[in-house]
Amino acid sequence: MSLLPHKHLLSLADYSEQDIAILLDTAERMKEILDRPVKKVPTLRGVTVVNLFMEPSTRTRISFELAEKRLSADTLNFSASGSSLSKGETLLDTALNIEAMKIDVVVMRHKSPGSPHFLARHLDAIIINAGDGCHEHPTQALLDMLTLRQKFGTLKGLHVGLVGDISHSRVALSNIIGLSKMGAHVVLCGPTTLIPRGVERFGVSITHSLDETIRTCDALNILRIQLERQEAGLFPSLREYQAYFGLTRRRLDQAKAPLTILHPGPINRGVEITSDVADSEHSVILQQVTNGVAVRMAVLYLLAGAQPVAAETKM
Amino acid sequence: MDPRGNLDRTIDLHIHDGVLTIAPPEIPKDADVIRLNGHIVTPGWFDLHVHLREPGREVAETIDSGCQAAMNGGFTGLACMPNTDPPLDDAGRVQWVLDRAAPWPVDVHVIAAATRGREGKELVEMSELHDIGVQAFSDDGSAIRSTAVLRHAMEYAHMLGARVFEHAEDASLVHGGVMNEGEWSTRLGLPGMPTIGEALDVLRCILLAEYTDAPVHICHVSAKESVEWIRWAKGKGLAITAEVTPHHLLLTDEFCKDFDTDYKMNPPLRSEADRQACREGFRDGTLDTYCTDHAPHTWEAKMQEFDLAPFGIVGLETALGLAFTHLIPDVVSLEEMISRAVYAPREILHIPVPRIATGEPADLTIINPTAHWTVDPAAFKSKSRNTPFKGWSLTGQARGIVSKGCAVIRDI
Repeated sequence: MSLLPHKHLLSLADYSEQDIAILLDTAERMKEILDRPVKKVPTLRGVTVVNLFMEPSTRTRISFELAEKRLSADTLNFSASGSSLSKGETLLDTALNIEAMKIDVVVMRHKSPGSPHFLARHLDAIIINAGDGCHEHPTQALLDMLTLRQKFGTLKGLHVGLVGDISHSRVALSNIIGLSKMGAHVVLCGPTTLIPRGVERFGVSITHSLDETIRTCDALNILRIQLERQEAGLFPSLREYQAYFGLTRRRLDQAKAPLTILHPGPINRGVEITSDVADSEHSVILQQVTNGVAVRMAVLYLLAGAQPVAAETKM
Repeated sequence: MDPRGNLDRTIDLHIHDGVLTIAPPEIPKDADVIRLNGHIVTPGWFDLHVHLREPGREVAETIDSGCQAAMNGGFTGLACMPNTDPPLDDAGRVQWVLDRAAPWPVDVHVIAAATRGREGKELVEMSELHDIGVQAFSDDGSAIRSTAVLRHAMEYAHMLGARVFEHAEDASLVHGGVMNEGEWSTRLGLPGMPTIGEALDVLRCILLAEYTDAPVHICHVSAKESVEWIRWAKGKGLAITAEVTPHHLLLTDEFCKDFDTDYKMNPPLRSEADRQACREGFRDGTLDTYCTDHAPHTWEAKMQEFDLAPFGIVGLETALGLAFTHLIPDVVSLEEMISRAVYAPREILHIPVPRIATGEPADLTIINPTAHWTVDPAAFKSKSRNTPFKGWSLTGQARGIVSKGCAVIRDI
């Protein structure tokens, strides 16, 4: 039994403003647990969670694993390397085999958009999307929103700039969806070749000037740029990207008021963001990491916390 | 009903040795009588774009199962595409398919590959293929990338009175795409295939048709821009023909929102504006023929991640029901639909058009226009089940065909 009107967390697109508010409020309570001397509660005792990571990931997997352990779930990790997937087994067979071992929750990272939705149609387990290709990364957007809400008190009316490769960013899409639902105004900033077609339908603003974005926004979420986009001909060089879309101290000083800087990590220092910005007093990048554990605890608790097996244990 | 013969009335048809007599003065005593009250009998429907998958992918479809699917769907004829494994690019392979199909009461024509191995480099032996009945050449599944090769294929086929069927696609623009590029590809994070990826190639074909005087046929038109350019070319009197599928007339890219691979095909489902343009193009005759792009795939192949699953859906057993339920009369009249599904495809192939007239071979489709039914893929004769129309409630169903001296009729 879920404490939200959803069984899974596949896309933030499925969640209402109220659902997101409940998640963020719950994450605040989880954060208190993380500040205790004994950082563990028995809430998910007897619940088994598998972290099914079919794409390399370190921080998201560790963050989920830690969240699961803080809630006393039994966890196991399954990654693509060394798995049967490399032997030609289908995703469905892999998942059915895992489920046959009586798993309650699958946290899933996969390069194919919609793969968590695919599993949700065929398994009984609760599915949590930990990033599906260029589609969504709901828990990342939730932790970004939690971080912004802690800083500004509310998301309503906030101007948040997303800077960089919007086209290939699941972080961007989940942030666009989540922030818009929470009443923030989203500004997309990047080269024309990295802004996806039809994205204006989300009610966002689009600009190709980082300086203009800095002037109009309260916070900036700087996205990671990948070298393979240059190889695909989407921008001329990392050198030019850095010069026109890289966030530097000098650019940041033009802001009317100090801007809050987020980055989903891992950072390419000196490319999309310089070290003096990433490490500055305006950066909340490490708070994001802490909030990541709290948000994932909240998601796990709300979706799986009322499992019959764990019903007698209260947080 | 046979609009070409101004025939639209209730009459007796007598078939003897596969030859028709209409309104015979008396019915011979030894004749089997089939009462078709409430049914419509038209000349046999023809599907100009079918993948029979044999040789090579017999797990998805065979010539036998494909012919049975055609019969079940009300088609007395079809043209199959050469992107088999190995491809149908020489007379031996084409003759093998024709021989395998010959026993079935379905008139199977082979569209041969335009280039050897479908590699887009050297032309196939078109004259020899034409001598065994091939009337069209296509590298369908992909475009002929080199414009020079496409030009020569069109010119050489024209010499034979045949034509090239182009799968219109600019590979550099659609590369890696798995659905239409637009709002929904952005919402779903899936790589997009822009409409201009199709329209650019359509325009290339039009310019070549004008320059060389050779005819060309555009497969499965899906984009608004393509419809507009084809309309423009026809207005100039160029020998260009085009086809449209039921799914591009009825569905949009929004249907991909649950990542169901039964909505994944190439060309992809497009936007509502594209769908409306296709409907208007079909209404005004810019798009000449109604065909399915029947593309069987196994359950295993489709039961994958959306971006990994193959393109294509089956269509032979739903096309007629969809036409009666959703296209007649909203888009075209019944007479016009018969023209698009019976006459046009055969004229494009320069093969005889069946008629309902005394002395003509009996080549008929029998339709119950008021039968209500639900699309149940498990009941398909096709070996594959990959249809986006699963569970749809339709009104109007094929109940049989008469062809090659054989009548296959059910549920009368």
